[in-house]
Amino acid sequence: MIVKSQNDIPASEITDPLIFKQRRRIIKAMLATTIAGVGTSAVADDKSIGTNLPKGDFSGELLTPSPANLIKNYTNYYEFAFNKEDSTTLAQSLRIDPWSVEISGEVEKPGTYALEDVLRQQTLKEHIYRFRCVEAWSMVIPWVGFSLRDLLKSVKPLSTARFVKFTSVYQPEAMPRQRANAMLDWPYVEGLRIDEAMHPLTLLAVGMYGDFLPKQNGAPLRLVVPWKYGFKSIKAIVKIELLKTPPTTSWNKFSPGEYGFYANVNPSVAHPRWSQYSERQLGSGFFTPRRRTELFNGYGEQVASLYTDMDLRHFY
Amino acid sequence: MNFRFNWIWPFTIAGCLIPLLWLVFDIAYDNLGSNPIQALHIRLGDWALRFLCITLAVTPIQTFTKWRGMSDYRQLFGLYAFFYASLHVLGYLLADHYLEWQVIGIDIIESSYIWFGVLAYFIVFLLAMTTSKWAKKRLGKSWKKLHRFIYIAVCAAIIHYFWQLKGNLAEPLFYLLVIFFLLGFRALTWLKNRQPNENTG
Ligand code: HEM
Repeated sequence: MIVKSQNDIPASEITDPLIFKQRRRIIKAMLATTIAGVGTSAVADDKSIGTNLPKGDFSGELLTPSPANLIKNYTNYYEFAFNKEDSTTLAQSLRIDPWSVEISGEVEKPGTYALEDVLRQQTLKEHIYRFRCVEAWSMVIPWVGFSLRDLLKSVKPLSTARFVKFTSVYQPEAMPRQRANAMLDWPYVEGLRIDEAMHPLTLLAVGMYGDFLPKQNGAPLRLVVPWKYGFKSIKAIVKIELLKTPPTTSWNKFSPGEYGFYANVNPSVAHPRWSQYSERQLGSGFFTPRRRTELFNGYGEQVASLYTDMDLRHFY
Repeated sequence: MNFRFNWIWPFTIAGCLIPLLWLVFDIAYDNLGSNPIQALHIRLGDWALRFLCITLAVTPIQTFTKWRGMSDYRQLFGLYAFFYASLHVLGYLLADHYLEWQVIGIDIIESSYIWFGVLAYFIVFLLAMTTSKWAKKRLGKSWKKLHRFIYIAVCAAIIHYFWQLKGNLAEPLFYLLVIFFLLGFRALTWLKNRQPNENTG
């Protein structure tokens, strides 16, 4: 049973820009302490999170981020539109201030937490990850975020917690495809096994390219699971539930034969209608071969052990 | 009315090249968005399909308007369908895969939507190769039979379109409707011709 998420957010008399500024100030202040010694240039202006962030443990040293303007205009955000370009424009009407996240289920400390309070507890780092869409295109994104495990640990999961369910915002007045009840069952739902959720590669991101997330890219808070197809990395999260049983996820429900619960990047398991053997990297020009897709999107060293003894063809 | 020797003919030939010029312009000015290679496939694939539909529209239009001599236009549009389909395939092989045959081989084998594209292209290719007066003479009665395969080509093309779809149904549904009417016209004509008694009166 899904509770409409906007009920969780108390109506506020404070105007949105003010709260937004306040969130920025909190982040600035946090960053000032985390990167003290590196210099204050990053926190001098109010426009960006900063480029001097410490790097995450798995941040690819050798990865060159794709051009930011391409990524900001190429998002699958079906709540807004079924094509990638229109989502960018339409997403601007999403209301993201104030924002809070409800954490519930098999945890010792359930509750609804204001995003500012969540961020105050966490260390933001820059994580440069590959991102591979199930549609066979890919990009490299410098995310700004923190490990999901750090947040989960702070609410103390019970030993009965075996899965994590994530729910996106339900804002039909801002989201035309939600309003029309089109295609998927809204709000969007994704899920991970608890060990996947607790893996240090798994992030909650609040920014990219040293700035806050653009709305079309999942502001203000999204999941990043770099070894899985992009649709697992749910945007605009309002609810995180720890469960005993696997949640029903949106794409899996819509087309179970095409989109599995696991959705691990795997070049040798084709989508029923197209190959996953290669990918087109955004930013690569005409007459450049496609990149050969890697098992677990190149993160096998870190995550392959989660799936030993599992038939990846069966659990796609 | 004879279309062959008036000003419409050269304008049509030139007009059919506008989509290509438009595409070249968009490539030159980097207007194809974040994934220009996919945009290229979409543009050229769409125009190949549109020209197939236009080709199939000639006969019904001729019937309804009683204009004569449009078969040259039918041939011209058919050749343009072949032209844009060929660019579509070249775009796939060269611009996208840069002739990496191993990756291309796996991609085609594993992508069922491409099988329908290949079937459509194979037919359109055969028809283009047998379009000349000379081939028409040589093939005699089988020429007409062979060129009816365009019906299969357009069906394969629309399946190819639907099969690669990720989201938006509206556009392919539009083409499906168009194709339904174009082929429906043939079906009706065929039925009519089977019952000459009822219709000649
Ligand atoms: C007469 C033959 C063909 C026609 C009419 C045709 C038409 C189309 C159409 C209408 C689309 C979809 C465009 C859209 O999304 O708006 C498309 C996409 C595509 N076609 Fe074809 N096609 C043909 C043959 C082929 C062949 C032989 C290949 C490959 C060997 C091919 C590869 C592709 C690819 C890669 C896409 C893009 C899929 C994507 O967006 O991910 N097509 N084609």
